[in-house]
Amino acid sequence: MPNEALTDLADYITEKLSASVTNYTFIKDELVVWVKTKDIEKMLDFLRDDKECTFQTFIDVTAVDFPEREKRFEVVYNLLSMRHNHRIRVKLDISENELVPSVIGVYSAAGWFEREVWDMYGIMFNGHPDLRRILTDYGFEGHPQRKDFPLSGHVELRYCEELKRVVYEPVKLTQDFRSFDYLSPWEGLTDVQLPGDEKAAVPDHGYVPTEKKVGG
Amino acid sequence: MRAKTAENLDIAEETRIKPMTMNFGPQHPAAHGVLRLVLEMEGEIVERADPHIGLLHRGTEKLIEHKTYTQALPYFDRLDYVCPMNQEHAFALAVEKLLGITVPKRGQYIRVLFCEVGRVLNHLLSLTTFALDVGAITPSLWGFEEREKGMEIYERVSGARMHANYFRPGGVARDMPAGLTDDILEWCDSVEGYMNDLNTLFTGNRIFKQRTVDIGVVSKDEALDWGFSGPMLRGSGVAWDLRKSQPYDSYEDFDFDIPIGKTGDCYARYLVRVAEVFESIKIMKQAIENMPDGPVKTDDRKVCPPPRAEMKSSMEAMIHHFKLYTEGFHVPAGETYTAVEAPKGEFGVYLVSDGTNKPYRCRIRAPGFAHLQAFDFMSKGHQLADAVSIIGSLDIVFGEIDR
Repeated sequence: MPNEALTDLADYITEKLSASVTNYTFIKDELVVWVKTKDIEKMLDFLRDDKECTFQTFIDVTAVDFPEREKRFEVVYNLLSMRHNHRIRVKLDISENELVPSVIGVYSAAGWFEREVWDMYGIMFNGHPDLRRILTDYGFEGHPQRKDFPLSGHVELRYCEELKRVVYEPVKLTQDFRSFDYLSPWEGLTDVQLPGDEKAAVPDHGYVPTEKKVGG
Repeated sequence: MRAKTAENLDIAEETRIKPMTMNFGPQHPAAHGVLRLVLEMEGEIVERADPHIGLLHRGTEKLIEHKTYTQALPYFDRLDYVCPMNQEHAFALAVEKLLGITVPKRGQYIRVLFCEVGRVLNHLLSLTTFALDVGAITPSLWGFEEREKGMEIYERVSGARMHANYFRPGGVARDMPAGLTDDILEWCDSVEGYMNDLNTLFTGNRIFKQRTVDIGVVSKDEALDWGFSGPMLRGSGVAWDLRKSQPYDSYEDFDFDIPIGKTGDCYARYLVRVAEVFESIKIMKQAIENMPDGPVKTDDRKVCPPPRAEMKSSMEAMIHHFKLYTEGFHVPAGETYTAVEAPKGEFGVYLVSDGTNKPYRCRIRAPGFAHLQAFDFMSKGHQLADAVSIIGSLDIVFGEIDR
């Protein structure tokens, strides 16, 4: 059960920002609030400054990719209130070409984290003063954390003795990358539609595997 | 045109030095790994610092999405390779939360014990390399002897000096070998001896103080705004430690203090880390003294493999073992953000599960990432040599920053 203070907080936030908050829920006793994309800055500003909230510490912003959804990305903000000893997770759903307002004006710490989300997922942050790639190579193409980006990447590099410099080449694997499908109707596997088991009822939530290749 | 005489010569104009862009690293002894800094210098003064990171990026988060939960765990050793088990702890706790299992008391105590061993290992490295950065060699020559002994303790419990893979969802891989606790107690005393020597030799040292006092001052509000955690935050006077405020495993059973700094400069951060080593020793001694008997991992056979002896006689155990090491266990759909107080600060794992045997998304929140981001504002207006002091006091390790 989520503790009472957190449920009160959730009610308080939805009441104060009823125009911005679309939904809230508790996942594993952790408060998760969905917010409209355009209101994210206002929302975090409120969460930081309001006496009942004081989420002064910006922990993290990240994204999750759900390619099958219409609004493909879920952008997730994690905040911490040291005064009340609470955590909150603020989420918003966006589609591929949508912009998210940068929250760098609310929390200075957001700068690099937003750069990383841009680098890894290609989500643009509107109003970010310095939205460069951060972790990948200079001149890198693509956004590696997207589910449709292959694990091996597209290019590999080596030092070329003739040219006396590092050269980029398409990835050549001596053995095909093999992804084994171990899923089986074993205990604990309740939410999954298994390949070959389509006659069984489709679970109303959870993951439905699509076109899994078995073996090499 | 009038000739320039002493009267009309604009001194400031004439002596103004052209701003220079300087490349610091990626291979530099004071860069703590592969940090590349592009510094805009006004003479000897740093105007702007632009850290270029990612040279050690291995795509850990992406790789974890393609591995089972058991296979994902060793990646955490390779993040902050200075204190591997603390990272494993965050992942193990996150998985346990989603699975809804509890760890037996002895397992929890062993984890606490080894988290504190990791903290001592980390601080021994960070303090001594900090000393090295500002020109003192002796602390590292002495300190690495103690650190090596600590890594032998890691080796005896897990088989590996660094990449332990010891904490597992549900407990720890195996119980400690006989006699290890006595040797840890002995090691505690020798670390304490070393720390006292360090205090005598180094803490009051005039040159060290000149290099660190009032350098890289971070106020309370700035520390919060930049998302600091761990010793960086406590050095600025914020009393916050997840072990106290959101205790995980059995930290609530232990009696220890949270040292905080007053000034928020490099020297305060150094002092906080020194004091934390003594607190860690206190926790280790309590953990050994009050170590309960019993199993070290959960007996839920759907998560933890059965003992080897049982597999020889029980078909059920055999099946469990086979399934756990091929398919792995399934984690119910859900998500959690779970954080631990790693030696460097708040190390968090945001884990999204879709109900299968592999994580759908595993976000790793590394404390060093937020700290290094603040380097630009911390070094502004300081001399180049002070920038080196600041990097030393940040306690950065690129395994976790670049992931």
